[in-house]
Amino acid sequence: MRSLSRLTTAGVLGAAALALLTGCLGSSDKGSSGGQDANRNADAKKVELTIGSNSVKGGKSSAGATFLSDVLIPKFVADQKGKGVDVTVKFQGDGSDDEVYKQKLSLDLSNKSGPDLFQIDGIWVGEFAQAGYIKPLTDTVGDAAKVNDWDGWKQIPESVQALGSYNGQRYGVPGGTDGRVLYFNKKLFQQAGLPADWQPKSWDDIISAGQALKKLPGVTPIQINAGTAMGEATTMQGVLPLLVGTGATVNTDGKWLGNTPQLRQVLDFYHQIYSTGLGDPVLQKEAKGRDKSFAEFAANKIGILGESDYFWRSVVEPKEGVAKMADRDTAVGWALIPAMKPGSGVKGQDFVSMSGGGATVINPNTKFPQQAWELLQFMNSADMVKASLDGAAKITQRSDVNSEVLASDPMLSFIADKVLPITQFRPGLAEYPKISAALQQATADVVAGKSTDAAASAYQKAVETAAGSKDKVTSN
Amino acid sequence: MTSASAPVRGRTPARDVAGLGVGRAFGFVAPAFLLIGAFLIFPALWTIYIGITNYRLTGVEAVSPSIVGLSNYTKALNDALFHNALWLTMVFVLGSAIIGQNVLGFTLAWIMRRTRPAVRRTVEAFVLLAWILPSTVVAYLWVAFFDRDGGTLNGLLGTQGTAWLIDYPMACLVVFNTWRGTAFSMMLYSSALQAVPPSQLESARMVGASGWQTLRDVVFPHIRGHVLTNTLLISLWTANDFSPFLLTKGGPNHESETVPVYIYNVALQGGELGYSSAISFLLLIANLLVSLVYLRLLRRRS
Repeated sequence: MRSLSRLTTAGVLGAAALALLTGCLGSSDKGSSGGQDANRNADAKKVELTIGSNSVKGGKSSAGATFLSDVLIPKFVADQKGKGVDVTVKFQGDGSDDEVYKQKLSLDLSNKSGPDLFQIDGIWVGEFAQAGYIKPLTDTVGDAAKVNDWDGWKQIPESVQALGSYNGQRYGVPGGTDGRVLYFNKKLFQQAGLPADWQPKSWDDIISAGQALKKLPGVTPIQINAGTAMGEATTMQGVLPLLVGTGATVNTDGKWLGNTPQLRQVLDFYHQIYSTGLGDPVLQKEAKGRDKSFAEFAANKIGILGESDYFWRSVVEPKEGVAKMADRDTAVGWALIPAMKPGSGVKGQDFVSMSGGGATVINPNTKFPQQAWELLQFMNSADMVKASLDGAAKITQRSDVNSEVLASDPMLSFIADKVLPITQFRPGLAEYPKISAALQQATADVVAGKSTDAAASAYQKAVETAAGSKDKVTSN
Repeated sequence: MTSASAPVRGRTPARDVAGLGVGRAFGFVAPAFLLIGAFLIFPALWTIYIGITNYRLTGVEAVSPSIVGLSNYTKALNDALFHNALWLTMVFVLGSAIIGQNVLGFTLAWIMRRTRPAVRRTVEAFVLLAWILPSTVVAYLWVAFFDRDGGTLNGLLGTQGTAWLIDYPMACLVVFNTWRGTAFSMMLYSSALQAVPPSQLESARMVGASGWQTLRDVVFPHIRGHVLTNTLLISLWTANDFSPFLLTKGGPNHESETVPVYIYNVALQGGELGYSSAISFLLLIANLLVSLVYLRLLRRRS
C-alpha cells in the first residue's frame, strides 16, 4: 500500500515534469525576436551596455582589452553625455581559448543572456545565426535604412564584410582581417647557414631548411600546428594553408573536401615533419601546446612557425605580447607560404595564404538595441579604429585607416600588399566548424603515428556525418 | 538495512506513532520532496528528454530540435570513442579507487593506529589537505608537477623532457586521483579499525599469527562492511569525477577521456547536447547498477 502510493506520487511527479518539458527545448526561441520591439528603451536617459570580448588586460589580446576599456568606453560615455544620455558601459573580458569562449557565449545566448555587444569569430556567424543567437542587424535595429546608410560600410571591402555576414545578410561589423605567413628566427637561420631573406618556393624547400636547422642543438626546426588541442589554430595555421597549396579548398561548389589526393598530400607533409624529428609531436598534443610553441619561438628554440600577423602584433610584440621578443624587429623574419610546387596552388598560384577575422555583433535580446547600434557605429568610426591601434599597425576593417597606418610597419604592409591579394577565406557555412574539427582529428591521427591513409579514411567518415550526406562530400 | 519502524513492519500498515496526521506529516516532508524533485528528479527527466532529441548547442537544431527516438543510444553503442571512454573509466576506477585509494587508505590507517597522536594528526592533516583543496588549485599543482619543461617530477628524477601527461596520461591520472581521494578511505578505515576488539588481536599475536594472517582472519571479518561501503562510495565518485579534464582535457587524442570528460567534450566542444545527454543517462544507469550490486553484497553479509 505504502509503496504503491509512493510509486503513484513518483509517477505523477514524473508525468507532470515530462509534460512541462515537452516542447520547452529550443522552440521558445522562435517567435520571440519578432515580438520584441526594436525601439524598446530608445529614449531612455539611463542606459547600461556590456561589451564582451575574448581579450583581457595583461593576457590574451591585451591591447584590444586596453583599448575597449580605457579608450572606447570613456569616449563613448562622454559622447553620449553630450547628447544628454547617461550611459554606463561595462567591459566583460575573457582570456580563454577561442573554443572555450565560444562555448560560454553560446550557453549565455541560448539562455537569452550574455553581453549586449560581443565579438565573435567570422566562422561562428553561420551557426550562431541558424540557432537564432544573433539576428541580421536590420532586424535587431529594426530599421533597414538606418543600418544600411551607415557611412562606414563604404570603407569596408566586400571580402571583409563577409566575415560578419551570413546568407547575404549583415549580422555584425567586422573588425579587420589578417593573413598567414611563415615566420622564421633569423638568428637560428644564420647559425644554420640559411639566408636572412629566406623565401621557400615549395614544400620541399621548407623541409630542406628544416633539415639544416635540425643540426642545431635544442632547436625544433618547424612548427606547423596539428592536433585537436590547438582547435581552430590547427586548421587555420596548418591544414588550410597547406591545402590551398595543393590547389584544393575545403568547400568547392557546395561540396566539402573528402578523402582526396590533395588531402592526403597535406597529411603526408604532416607525416614527413612529425615522424622525422623536424617537428615536435608532443607539443601538438599538449593542452597548452600553442602557447608553449609561442614561448619556444620567443626563446629561440623554434626555427620556422606558421602563423597570422596576430603573432607579430600580439605574441612576440616587445611590449605587450604574450611571448615578448625584445629583438623582434631584427630577429623575426617572414616569408610567403609556398604552394606544394610552384604553380600548384589554388588558382595556379605559387604562393598561398588564408585569412580570417572576427565581427562585433549585437545581442538580439539586448535591452537597448538602438544604443547598442550607436555604440557599434562609434566603435567602427575612423577615429576609433585609428585610436584602437594606439600607434601600432594592424589590418583594420576600414580602407581609409589602413592606407594611413600600414606603411609604418613593414610586416603588416607586407601582409596588406603581398598576402591579401593571394589569400583565401573560409566558407561562412554553418557546417564548417564540424569539418574543421574533422581536419584537426586527421592531423592528430597522423602525428600520433597513424598512416596517412587510415587518417584520411577516418576523416572521410567524419565529414560525411558532419555534412549530412555522402553527396555533399568530394572524394578521390 | 532494517528501518526504524521495524517493529510494525509487515502485515499492518504503519500506525501514526507521532500523532501528526497525514496532512501535517506531508507538510514536514514536503520541503525535502520539493528539493529532491527540483534537483534530482527534474534534471534526470530532463536528461532523458534531451537524450531522445538531436538538440545542439548552436545551429538549426538549437532552435528547433526534433525527436530522434533511440538513435542517440544506438549511436553510442557503436561509437568507438564511447567504448574507449568506458574502458578508460574502468581503468581509472579500478586503478585509482578500488586499488589505489582503498589500499593506500587502509595502509595509512593501519600504520597510524599505533603511532603517537602528534604524528598521526600531522599525517592526517596533510592527507586531508589533499582532499579538501579546490580541484582547480590541485590541478594546477599537478600540471606543474608533471610538466615537461621544468616540472617538479622531472627535476626529482632527472628525466628532463619527459612529458608525463602526454606519454602516460592514464597512469598520471591514477596516481593523481589516488593522492587526491585517499583521505576518505583513511578516515573511514581508521574508525573501522577501532571496532576490532583488541583482545582478538592480542590472541592472534599469542598464537603466532603473521601480520598478513592477522589482517586476513581477524581484522578483515570485522571491517568487511566498511570495505564494501567505502569501495562503493569511492568508485562511484571516481567514475563521475571530472577533475581529469583539468589535467589532460581528455587528451592526447582521447587517451585519457573518461566518460564524464567525454560527455563534456561531446556536449560543449562538439555541441551535441542531445547525444551527450543520452550518454549521461547511460552513465546514470551504470551508476545505479553498480550501487545495486554493492547493496546486494552488503545485504548478504548482514
